[in-house]
Amino acid sequence: MNIFKDSGHLFKFAACFVIGFLIYLGLRGFVVPKTFGQYGHYRGSALKDIAAKPIKYAGHQVCEDCHTDQATAKSAGKHVTVNCEACHGALAAHANDPTSVIPVKPDPLVLCARCHTATAAKPKDFPQVNIDEHSGGAPCTMCHTNPHSPAMGAAPAAGGAK
Amino acid sequence: MTGVEGYMYPNEMELQWSILIVLYPFITGLVAGAFILASLERVFLVEAVKPIYRLALLTALAFLIDAPLPLQLHLGHPERSPEMYLTPHPTSAMAMFGYVYLWYLMVVLVFEIWLDYRKDIVIFAQTTKGLKGLIYKFLTMGSYNISPRALAIDNKIGWIITLIGIPSAFFLHGYVGFIFGSIKANPWWSSPLMPVVFIFSAMVSGIAAVMLIYMATCKLRKVAIDVRCVDTIAMYMFYIFIIDFALEMLDLIHRIYESDESFRSLNFMVHTQLYIPHIVIQICLGTVTPLVILFILQVSGKKFAEKVRLRLCTISGALAMIGIFAMRWNVVIGGQLFSKSFLGFTTYKVALVTKEGLIVAVALALLPFLFLWILIKFLPPWEESHHTPAAGD
Ligand code: HEC
Ligand code: HEC
Ligand code: HEC
Ligand code: HEC
Repeated sequence: MNIFKDSGHLFKFAACFVIGFLIYLGLRGFVVPKTFGQYGHYRGSALKDIAAKPIKYAGHQVCEDCHTDQATAKSAGKHVTVNCEACHGALAAHANDPTSVIPVKPDPLVLCARCHTATAAKPKDFPQVNIDEHSGGAPCTMCHTNPHSPAMGAAPAAGGAK
Repeated sequence: MTGVEGYMYPNEMELQWSILIVLYPFITGLVAGAFILASLERVFLVEAVKPIYRLALLTALAFLIDAPLPLQLHLGHPERSPEMYLTPHPTSAMAMFGYVYLWYLMVVLVFEIWLDYRKDIVIFAQTTKGLKGLIYKFLTMGSYNISPRALAIDNKIGWIITLIGIPSAFFLHGYVGFIFGSIKANPWWSSPLMPVVFIFSAMVSGIAAVMLIYMATCKLRKVAIDVRCVDTIAMYMFYIFIIDFALEMLDLIHRIYESDESFRSLNFMVHTQLYIPHIVIQICLGTVTPLVILFILQVSGKKFAEKVRLRLCTISGALAMIGIFAMRWNVVIGGQLFSKSFLGFTTYKVALVTKEGLIVAVALALLPFLFLWILIKFLPPWEESHHTPAAGD
């Protein structure tokens, strides 16, 4: 009895913790989404939400069905491994409705520099140039006339320039 | 990208962990160290350090409140941080750290300080008016029982809490070291010694910080410094520093002897970019010099005049703190300067006014002193104020 009288304040402090914990539990029940943890440490219904988003990429097979010229050009050059939409951006909307959604042509200076700017991090055997020195501000397609097959037209065996 | 030498992977060129992440382990280290120092008096009954017991607790609290701020700023989405508590992730060390932090803050520090100050709080609540009085009244939690029996119970519980607090302080800081030590992709960090080294360096820096703060507060309050207390603190600092130094050297020697595939790269880094912060500042200036000074203080007994002893303690304390800060710097920044390919290095330049720049870092390092000042205003830690309630200043 006496013990309780002299340690009452401790019980009050403990009560604060208990109340804090109950608030935590209540808050948790309220703010944590119902499907959290269904599959893993994330909201299970997020999968459905993501699946419901419109598809943005068409895939290169779809492009190649209509743009056979570019597809053949590309398959002959070093850009064969580069996907159409890696350069043109997501174009599912265009592929579904080619006449009303017309893509803008990419600006070669910006686009080509994105992959070919020389940095120490790129493997040595990846073709890379110091953009300013190499083109002097001229659009890359002035010399590499076909972006789909970028080797210089006159010298098909080019590319050994190191 | 400027400052890249040799071959770096793209994600390594720019440092992700900035000076704020250097500050964070430094500050949590001060918390752990200050608490261990306080526990000396409480659990190990070292009478001589009694004058700093409460100051050490308040210092620990002030720095602990500051500790998460660099992280919040670095991550940039403070509103998301409660999710760590709401959806606990048991296999993520970083996520569980939220609980360690909360445990340490509430159960150890706040509870212990409350118990220790309860008598003062009750007296203040009865004598202070206005807003301040209201805050004290709130802090009493409506219980004004300060009978000797109640206080004796408080004392007992406080002792138990300190006992729990010691492993908690080790845990708090060992955890920070654990997070670095468990990053197996980074040979500069990945070492089971990391948590242990972090704990001991934390104790050194925390003890040094409380010692310096104690001397500074004495100067500001124009009261005499308790030299016996400072001597004792310096002695403990010396012992723990030796352990810390031995562990760090063990780690170093082990790396050199083992010479695994990362060694050439790390060795090169330590001899070039990290030469000044690691060899010169951390080891020579921040560890060996204060150790030598502390050693001289220990063996010379009381031969030096008190004034000289205090000077030497101040110098060694300040150097130790610089050294430990450099250690955190070398761990956090050093670990990001080399490439996992072991073929390249990058550089880190502290920005000045960005979100993670120098000004912010300095502000965050000074902020705990503001917290401490407020805490001291509310809960004066000085001996003489124990029984005479300060008239509402
Ligand atoms: C159903 C056939 C079809 C598919 C599939 C298709 N396109 Fe087209 N695309 C067209 C037609 C037709 C035009 C010409 C529209 C016009 O100029 O009126 C065009 C125009 C373009 C243009 C602009 C040409 C210019 O001269 O401005 C680009 C670039 C383009 N398509 C890229 C793509 C890419 C990349 C894909 C794959 C994601 C793709 N297309 C899929 C039919 C298609
Ligand atoms: C390396 C980047 C790159 C890739 C990969 C690429 N393109 Fe292009 N494409 C361009 C650029 C740049 C232009 C604009 C050329 C210009 O301005 O003359 C362009 C233009 C076009 C045009 C407009 C007509 C023309 O030839 O100028 C079509 C259609 C087109 N691309 C379709 C495709 C298709 C289909 C693929 C995949 C088979 C593809 N592209 C892959 C960079 C690329
Ligand atoms: C003035 C003409 C010219 C312009 C403009 C130009 N290039 Fe080139 N480029 C060349 C020549 C010539 C070569 C070497 C011939 C070859 O190997 O095909 C070359 C080679 C390259 C290579 C291969 C380098 C290697 O190591 O294999 C790349 C990549 C390249 N250029 C990218 C670009 C990019 C990106 C731009 C636009 C910023 C650009 N070029 C603009 C003329 C030009
Ligand atoms: C999405 C990244 C990407 C973009 C954008 C890109 N390229 Fe390439 N480029 C590559 C890849 C991948 C290769 C092949 C590298 C290899 O085979 O090692 C390549 C190869 C080349 C080559 C070497 C050809 C040879 O025969 O050696 C040239 C030249 C070139 N690209 C020019 C360009 C130009 C001009 C543009 C802009 C129209 C451009 N690239 C845009 C990825 C890109």
